[in-house]
Amino acid sequence: MTQTPVATPPASPHVRVRRSTRASRWSLVPALVVLAILGYLPYIAGQGTTSLLVDFFILLTLGVTWNMLAGYAGLVSVGQQAYIGVGAYGVLWLAQHGFEPFVALPIAAVFCAVIAVPISWLVFRLRGGYFAIGTWAVAEVLSLLTIRDSSLGGGTGTNVPGLNGFDPTVLGAYTYWAALAVVVSALAGCYLLLRSRVGLALTAVRDDEVAARNVGVRVPRAKRAVYLAAAVGAGGAGALLAISQLNVEPQNVYGVQWSAYMIFVVLIGGIGTLEGPILGTIVFFVLQRTLASYGGWYLIIVGTVAVVMAVWMRKGMWGLAERFGLRLFPVGYRVTDESR
Amino acid sequence: MNWANAIVQGLLLGGLFALFACGLSLLFGVIGVINLAHGDLAILGAYVAIAILPSTHTNALWALLFVPPIFAAFGYVSQRTLLQRSLDNGPLTTLLVTFGLSVVLQNALLEGFSADSHSLSIGKLATDAFRVNSTIAISYLRLGILVVAITVLAGVQLFLARTSTGRQIRAVADDGEAAAISGVNTRHITGIAAGIAFLTVALAGMAFGTYAQFAPTSGSNLLLFAFEAVIIGGLGSLWGTLAGGCVLGLAQTIGAQIDPSIGTLSGHLVFLAVLAVRPSGLLPAKAFG
Repeated sequence: MTQTPVATPPASPHVRVRRSTRASRWSLVPALVVLAILGYLPYIAGQGTTSLLVDFFILLTLGVTWNMLAGYAGLVSVGQQAYIGVGAYGVLWLAQHGFEPFVALPIAAVFCAVIAVPISWLVFRLRGGYFAIGTWAVAEVLSLLTIRDSSLGGGTGTNVPGLNGFDPTVLGAYTYWAALAVVVSALAGCYLLLRSRVGLALTAVRDDEVAARNVGVRVPRAKRAVYLAAAVGAGGAGALLAISQLNVEPQNVYGVQWSAYMIFVVLIGGIGTLEGPILGTIVFFVLQRTLASYGGWYLIIVGTVAVVMAVWMRKGMWGLAERFGLRLFPVGYRVTDESR
Repeated sequence: MNWANAIVQGLLLGGLFALFACGLSLLFGVIGVINLAHGDLAILGAYVAIAILPSTHTNALWALLFVPPIFAAFGYVSQRTLLQRSLDNGPLTTLLVTFGLSVVLQNALLEGFSADSHSLSIGKLATDAFRVNSTIAISYLRLGILVVAITVLAGVQLFLARTSTGRQIRAVADDGEAAAISGVNTRHITGIAAGIAFLTVALAGMAFGTYAQFAPTSGSNLLLFAFEAVIIGGLGSLWGTLAGGCVLGLAQTIGAQIDPSIGTLSGHLVFLAVLAVRPSGLLPAKAFG
């Protein structure tokens, strides 16, 4: 069989395909300035501020990675707490075996990718909603297995050793920088992964899986790559949680409430954009702090808002900004008409 | 407890799981909604029973007259409003919406009824049992729940197979657009299917409430058990669901017989093993009916 020549489309000089927008090119500068200020913050701000920001960064890491999973790969997982737990317990175990907790953090995060490989073989057999509940069941299994180990504190949890030696101020600053490093890696990692071939494949799959398979997109591979990356993100967040709270409690780290937070953050901010979860985390975080005194009511309110947004305002709050053409971290391509 | 007793109790427990799984399976099979609020809805059913009954000593069986019809209406209305709307946005949205509802329901129940556990009282029936031999005792309540589960599954099966509405439900499950072209009012029909699913959820929740203590957070585990029964049994097959429920029940009671602290865990592990070895389930079926 001979190869049929592919007709080249007539060149159209007035149309350009580009990724970046003027806003996105300029957003890199303030992003670096913000990063520099955030890095310098422990020298000027009190510990109250930095520990608040640590919680914020943990939530942001979870939101951004979950959004990559659900918003781009279409994998709605309600079991990411599996990796939060493994990350936290990973730090605990390594610290018990003589590692510095801050050195243990990246090791625990990467370990999450290792155990995510066999887990992905199992849960990828389930589709859509059954995938969601399957991931939840896996998280339950890991939680039930973890609490059987009494050296890890059993059902009540235990303190992370190796953090007592630090001066509280220094420990606060180190924790803050570690959190900043995790969140910046998560943001940069998601951005780069989604701009790569994997991101392109995922966008194709999200839009039409059958068509994407037909043109040769290796769908399972792309999805697995994102699943492993999201496991590392959740693992990093869990490891941070262990260090910032100085102890690990199974009900907390393996709690399904983390999935609720991730989903609410992403739904409020806008699913399927990189900017959405950032905005969503800010809104959720402010709501959480303001409504904290109302106990369970804050989750009722935030949950209702998220449900309403999922049904009637699918693109979330960032969707409003996008209507005005604002795009800070573009991962797609845009066709612009240059003739005008 | 001995082994024979563990097996008998496991099969009886399977009836409860199958009852839970019936609604989940139906809602997904016909409407394509994976209801992540399934377990919380069941618990809501038990709490509604508590709220309706005049005192905590009233026999909870009276609530059977009210709660299932309320839930059937609730199911129809939520399908026609929220669920259908979220379905129009794609299957992912229904997941997010039902998960959001689950969190809202759980916290609303916590605010309304506190975190204390409750149970539904059904008088002497809860403790009466007949002894098969010196080691095996079958509780009338547990046997009753298994009978209810089989009746519900058979009833739903018969309804889908024999009635005109049942045929329309199967048609919609098969191909919604084609059914609509042939004159089926798909929105009304999916509403009825959701009503039936919610009715079984209420039954399951009340059965669970008479069986064990429940708290607002009990729903999550129930969702997992229902889901595992569906997957073990095979998607889309109601009798498979009963078999799946029994396998899960057996796994839990036999696990608990080996070590009382691993009952739930061994149920989960059997589920993962089935998923690894036979992902289509034990008795898979192509469609309902």
